[in-house]
Amino acid sequence: MCASAKYNTRGPALIPRMKTKHRIYYITLFSIVLLGLIATGMFQFWPHSIESSSDWTVEKRSVHDVPVVKLPPDSPIPERGDLSCRMHTCFDVYRCGFNPKNKIKVYIYSLKKYVDEYGMLVSNTISREYNELLTAISDSDFYTDDVNRACLFVPSIDVLNQNTLRIKETAQALAQLSRWDRGTNHLLFNMLPGGPPDYNTALDVPRDRALLAGGGFSTWTYRQGYDVSIPVYSPLSAEVELPERGPGPRRYFILSSQMALHPEYRSDLEALQVENRESVLILDKCTNLSEGVPSVRKRCHKNQVFDYPQVLQEATFCIVLRGARLGQAVLSDVLQAGCVPIVVADSYVLPFSEVLDWKRASVVIPEEKMPEMYSILQSIPQRQIEEMQRQARWFWEAYFRSMKAIALATLQIINDRIYPYAAMSYEEWNDPPSVKWSSVSNPLFLPLIPPQSQGFTAIVLTYDRVESLFRVITEVSKVPSLSKLLVVWNNQNKNPPEDSLWPKIRVPLKVVKTTENKLSNRFFPYDEIETEAVLAIDDDIIMLTSDELQFGYEVWREFPDRLVGYPGRLHLWDHEMNKWKYESEWTNEVSMVLTGAAFYHKYFNYLYTYKMPGDIKNWVDAHMNCEDIAMNFLVANVTGKAVIKVTPRKKFKCPECTAIDGLSLDQTHMVERSECINKFASVFGTMPLKVVEHRADPVLYKDDFPEKLKSFPNIGSL
Amino acid sequence: MQTRKKYIFITFFASWLLLFFFGGDQIRRLAFLSRKKATVLKNWPRWTDRSLLKSFADPEELQSDGGHHKQSAKHSRCRMETCFDFSRCEKHGFKVFVYPMEREDPVSESYLKIITSIEESRYYTSNPEEACLFILNIDTLDRDHLSIQYVHNINDKIQGFPLWNDGRNHLIFNLYSGTWPNYTEDLGFDIGQAILAKASFYVENFRPGFDISIPLFSKEHPQKGGERGWLYQNSVPPKKKYMLAFKGKRYLTGIGSDTRNELLHNSTFCIIPRGRRLGSFRFLEALQAACIPVLLSNGWELPFSEVIDWSKSAIVGDERLLLQVTQCHAAYEMAPCSILAFQQQTQFLWEAYFSSVEKIVQTTLEIIKDRLFLRESRPKFLWNTLPGGLLALPEYSTHLGDFPFYHLQHGSSPSGKFTAFIRAVSPVVSLSQPILKLIQAVSRSQHCAQILVLWSCEKPPPPRGRWPQTAVPLTVIHGRRKVSDRFFPYSAIGTDAVLSLDEHTSLSTSEVDFAFVVWRSFPDRIVGFPMRSHFWDSSQSQWGYTSKWTNEFSMVLTAAAFHHRYYHSLFTNYLPASLRSLIDQLSNCEDILMNFLVSAVTKLPPIKVTQKKQHQEAAPQQRQDCLNRFAAWFGYMPLVHSQLRLDPVLFKDQVSVLRKKYRHLEKP
Repeated sequence: MCASAKYNTRGPALIPRMKTKHRIYYITLFSIVLLGLIATGMFQFWPHSIESSSDWTVEKRSVHDVPVVKLPPDSPIPERGDLSCRMHTCFDVYRCGFNPKNKIKVYIYSLKKYVDEYGMLVSNTISREYNELLTAISDSDFYTDDVNRACLFVPSIDVLNQNTLRIKETAQALAQLSRWDRGTNHLLFNMLPGGPPDYNTALDVPRDRALLAGGGFSTWTYRQGYDVSIPVYSPLSAEVELPERGPGPRRYFILSSQMALHPEYRSDLEALQVENRESVLILDKCTNLSEGVPSVRKRCHKNQVFDYPQVLQEATFCIVLRGARLGQAVLSDVLQAGCVPIVVADSYVLPFSEVLDWKRASVVIPEEKMPEMYSILQSIPQRQIEEMQRQARWFWEAYFRSMKAIALATLQIINDRIYPYAAMSYEEWNDPPSVKWSSVSNPLFLPLIPPQSQGFTAIVLTYDRVESLFRVITEVSKVPSLSKLLVVWNNQNKNPPEDSLWPKIRVPLKVVKTTENKLSNRFFPYDEIETEAVLAIDDDIIMLTSDELQFGYEVWREFPDRLVGYPGRLHLWDHEMNKWKYESEWTNEVSMVLTGAAFYHKYFNYLYTYKMPGDIKNWVDAHMNCEDIAMNFLVANVTGKAVIKVTPRKKFKCPECTAIDGLSLDQTHMVERSECINKFASVFGTMPLKVVEHRADPVLYKDDFPEKLKSFPNIGSL
Repeated sequence: MQTRKKYIFITFFASWLLLFFFGGDQIRRLAFLSRKKATVLKNWPRWTDRSLLKSFADPEELQSDGGHHKQSAKHSRCRMETCFDFSRCEKHGFKVFVYPMEREDPVSESYLKIITSIEESRYYTSNPEEACLFILNIDTLDRDHLSIQYVHNINDKIQGFPLWNDGRNHLIFNLYSGTWPNYTEDLGFDIGQAILAKASFYVENFRPGFDISIPLFSKEHPQKGGERGWLYQNSVPPKKKYMLAFKGKRYLTGIGSDTRNELLHNSTFCIIPRGRRLGSFRFLEALQAACIPVLLSNGWELPFSEVIDWSKSAIVGDERLLLQVTQCHAAYEMAPCSILAFQQQTQFLWEAYFSSVEKIVQTTLEIIKDRLFLRESRPKFLWNTLPGGLLALPEYSTHLGDFPFYHLQHGSSPSGKFTAFIRAVSPVVSLSQPILKLIQAVSRSQHCAQILVLWSCEKPPPPRGRWPQTAVPLTVIHGRRKVSDRFFPYSAIGTDAVLSLDEHTSLSTSEVDFAFVVWRSFPDRIVGFPMRSHFWDSSQSQWGYTSKWTNEFSMVLTAAAFHHRYYHSLFTNYLPASLRSLIDQLSNCEDILMNFLVSAVTKLPPIKVTQKKQHQEAAPQQRQDCLNRFAAWFGYMPLVHSQLRLDPVLFKDQVSVLRKKYRHLEKP
């Protein structure tokens, strides 16, 4: 608008000078205006056409009304699948690019009906399962409706079952997709590949570079690291609800439920049954069912009729034999029943084998070894069978249960390849929730004994007890392995004493002034801490000898992932009150060491400051208590290991003893500490503390041996 | 003229206004519509008739699968099912035969190391009839025909071998293939149906489940033992000078070697691009240096990818995105705790599978063995968790809870009872013999499940009635009268814990009780009473052995010690027969060997617990010799020193004895 106004004001000045020329200007200007008007008039009609075409996406729409696309007979056909394709050769990573959420973007083409030149349908428009799958993708975080930002494209052409489509025409339909580009970054889902007579193990539709999520791959057709092997969905999962059955022995040891088996396999199985009688059950199709009973829900053995899939829950192992295709829907039913699948299908690539550890949930037996099946299975210990049953059920629940589960697992696998640093770990894929809950992965898992030369950093938290602080500093500085001393000055109202007043010690002494009087300051990962080992010590712990501290450091070196400390405490279950109780009596057991004097790895400072679960940190700061119990919970929870109490020393000028007016204060202190334990146990959702009955002493402690030859002679008692 | 100008202006303005009025309106409406359109298109439509949609397959068809068809298609590319003769391995188990060396064909140093490792392994057989797997005596490591180590006419030679059989059940090792300028993966001879264990495998040439990708190692790579990793402390945050390092050419010595070592030592991440071939020496170097590898080598089938989960220790980048946002972002985004985990994992992998040629070869063999014996094959978890697949024998069990190592990750705990295992070598003649007292003391322990007496004496054991009456079952096992029997995995041992005892040992019930409670906290270590120590004797430049009282110890003798029954399996199946026959000959040192084994597995010292009396033994020269021979076999000294002893919490404290649970420990 601005530009045109300028032009107008300049316009008249030009007119008198060039008479003929400005006429041309006029004409052009008018024609522009006229054209503009005509164009606006045209717009008037356009919105209607947009509305009408967007009409079909409105909620209430039928599949039958989708636009029809006619494929000319000479429209291009993609190349056959390229067996050499890998992510780095056939996949365009630039489309995915950098993404703060590390999630690929998936675009779904809109649904069309494809017909050939005679108006014959190319395939079923869409099956129930494929519709569910696309709905799941569109509801997920992966979905984008912006074709330009998409990294992966999912055609809405349903190729789940190769038998329901016309191969050449489907390929043509794929090729005319707007972003097809030789199939780059396109993902096709197929569960039943191949057809008679030779039943190829991968979808026969020419698809060029497209990724294939296929349900019956053999190792020859599966492009490792490119294709995704998916299960064959069993629609029975949606129909039948099989309640989870606890693991344990079941009525039949081996069960085969598949119909129409190859006669050779069947005779193998029947031989197995003759040998092992009652424990093996071989079922087949029922021949004499009354009308109206769906034959898929019944199985027969001789004249006995069984309900399928319920009968699967009666067996420990269920056979999943290959048929014409390698992938079998029965695998899904078997897993659902918590029956351990025996997969007999040479060269079959099991579903999601890129991430799932099938050895934990199934037994794979080569076709040749079918006759030995029974003895192979009998050698599996019962405990392991139970775990496999649990695992089988978990695989079904997480990855087989619905088309949604299958779709999301497939996309997650592709996502993991593109953003490997944000990938899901083996444990996340494979551990059932019960294991995830009870297992511990120690962050310091490598068995290392840190070098002694490193030494340790002592951290003294102090408020204003300068005199006692100075004594602690002097005492601690006598320990040979001390490499630095850090005083955390937690008093904001008072400045620490002048430099000249501090005791002169042989190691660097640093004072850190805090901005707030918080107990958490003691566990902050200060940059000044350069050693792995940290000695947390209160400003009134003056009774520990240099030998005791040095020995404590040596013990920590042997157990660098534990809290190694002097004052030991215990937690107990109070049966009357039905809750945890804190115990400071001298007992035969220990489950905590107080951080009034304890060695630990600096890493736990990080955890305490940044990874403490729930509101524990704030709770500790608000109550000005229990920071040591919180640390004990944290370390025990993350490592699964007990603390180590060192040396007999038990008498400390401890918080419990500082009570000025005797018992009453002591009592409230104990109540408060018990409360802490209960609070933390509820935040952690479990009681991570481990009770032990041992403490660490020097090898020759109290032995009949000359004191002067002992490394740590000066170990005080009590 | 003026009026005309005015008119022109007015019409001009009017038309512009009109245009903007209409056009603007239209544009606004368009924008509004498109926004509406976006919300509408956001999701896949919910079809009104979606419940009427047909299923993708007829349920009948799904369950009976179209008919009778048994595939027997021949494929050109090998898989275990098509190119490996399983029947060869059924009778004698997994045995490996190496073609005898021939004088006229010298093999390279590296290949000799591979051959030696196989010959020393427990799978070696010298009888081709028993063999399941065959290894050529022709050096196939260097197949670059410009190299001096290139062996010519391999095709002719192998065709002459009567056992060749088109390469069936053969394993061929290769480090370098192809030559300048393309370095194609051409070996220059026809491997037929042989399994190829090759460095720098390109994914497309790799036959999954059949071939094995091995790491590229230099000819200086040690045959056994091998250096430990360079990570000796877990600093948080990683206290390293450089974030990301790359050193182009490889200078082991001379100019540039200093910078290389400095870089490796001081970097958190190391870029490992492809060399001439896909893999490079830098990979193993970085792994050892705890420098997290950032791999830029598209299409490289990573070493032992069949079993090792590299996503826990390396960042697999994409060459196409060299130094682009994604990869640097990955490096910077990694939280200190995952850097810590990655670094520890590099060290674990290095020490478990890569630090020596022997380990690389063993890993290769174990992977093949896992494919052959499906029941006895390791789940992936065992390969990727300490102490690693080579030390977790699947013949023992594949159930995690049966091993001493995985209780924490598995969320289980070792069984609450133990089996006392006493080795008796002298006949029982009097009632005052220590073995009878020992049986009684041990049987009184509340944790004792059973007592096994391994009868290793020429005289027959006394009849049932002569043994003391015990509350727990007592079984006599007849051994072969050899010391190695003591660690044989007898099936009678039904508990996780084994209390190994000598017949002369004297222990009290509370000592046993306390030691067992301690063992439950350390199920992977030896927890026991009599301690010994080793030291480096620099005057004789060999290891020394001492039984004197010292301030530290590195062995706990199995004359009185708890250990996990898994170590019986490991002792009998993992250690070579030569070491076991050595201790059988000497009738000694089996306890030292056990300590070596457990420390080699755990990399930690054993645990000593309180004992009332300590018996001393003279240190015979024999035991010192054992020590040195074991260290030679392991290739390094696995024993680790400890300075602590675990006592009951109130041990020798000046509190009332009545308060103490293990008060009997304190009586003099």
